[in-house]
Amino acid sequence: MSNPLAAPRAGSRNKQRSNFELYGWLFMRISGLILVFLVLGHLFIMNILDGGVQRINFAFVAGRWSSPFWQVWDLSMLWLALLHGGNGMRTIINDYAERDQTRFWLKMLLYVSTAIIIALGTLVIFTFDPSIG
Amino acid sequence: MAITTPGRSLRATPIGTLYRGGEGMWTWVLQRITGVSVFFFLFVHVLDTALVRVSPAAYDEIIATYKTPIVNLLEVGLVGAVLFHAFNGIRIILIDFWSKGPRYQRQMTWVIAAIWLFVMIPGTYFMMIHTIDALFGSTT
Repeated sequence: MSNPLAAPRAGSRNKQRSNFELYGWLFMRISGLILVFLVLGHLFIMNILDGGVQRINFAFVAGRWSSPFWQVWDLSMLWLALLHGGNGMRTIINDYAERDQTRFWLKMLLYVSTAIIIALGTLVIFTFDPSIG
Repeated sequence: MAITTPGRSLRATPIGTLYRGGEGMWTWVLQRITGVSVFFFLFVHVLDTALVRVSPAAYDEIIATYKTPIVNLLEVGLVGAVLFHAFNGIRIILIDFWSKGPRYQRQMTWVIAAIWLFVMIPGTYFMMIHTIDALFGSTT
């Protein structure tokens, strides 16, 4: 007969240990550093430079997205900001939602809505048509 | 007491902790509040920008709301929140990766507060120049 008792310190806890939280922690710092440049640049251009928000309209967007440079800029910003923010929200849900069920469903809602917004934003950048309408 | 830094009076904050009490805790709280606020705005912002795929008129209409005085003021709040989150984020990275970071975390808090003010004062002016002009200016 096999020993019904598990060997000391060989429980399932050790098997399930992963570095996910470490990578999440590192991702927040790396993406944050890149986002400082992408987002502050975006805010400066859109809200302060050359008349700020008052000059923004469809034609302005069409002019910007005719350049691959701004397409890559906006796409990187979209993905990094939503993954950075999504991971931050995940941390906050883990911290404050005490019931297992609540925590699970709040995170499901977060993951699904974040995935939809990332997909929508990506679709908009890739399928933008300046001659629409 | 032997463990207190000379010249600093005893404070409620336990010595040697970063996130309990004082600047370390309140910047942590603000980092969460600004982060959540910006995240919710991000959802709205992707949705409003998605209207460029509907029609130029639909996009121009939603963008017109961003140009009204009240939303213009909210944009200043958004920029203020993003700037704090960014500067404090750099401070956190320095605390985590710079060997002297934890020692200077309190000083760094006041440095980022100063930079924030230095950027926000002219920033607010340039962001709201049109609104100020429309509301109070003699020429329209």
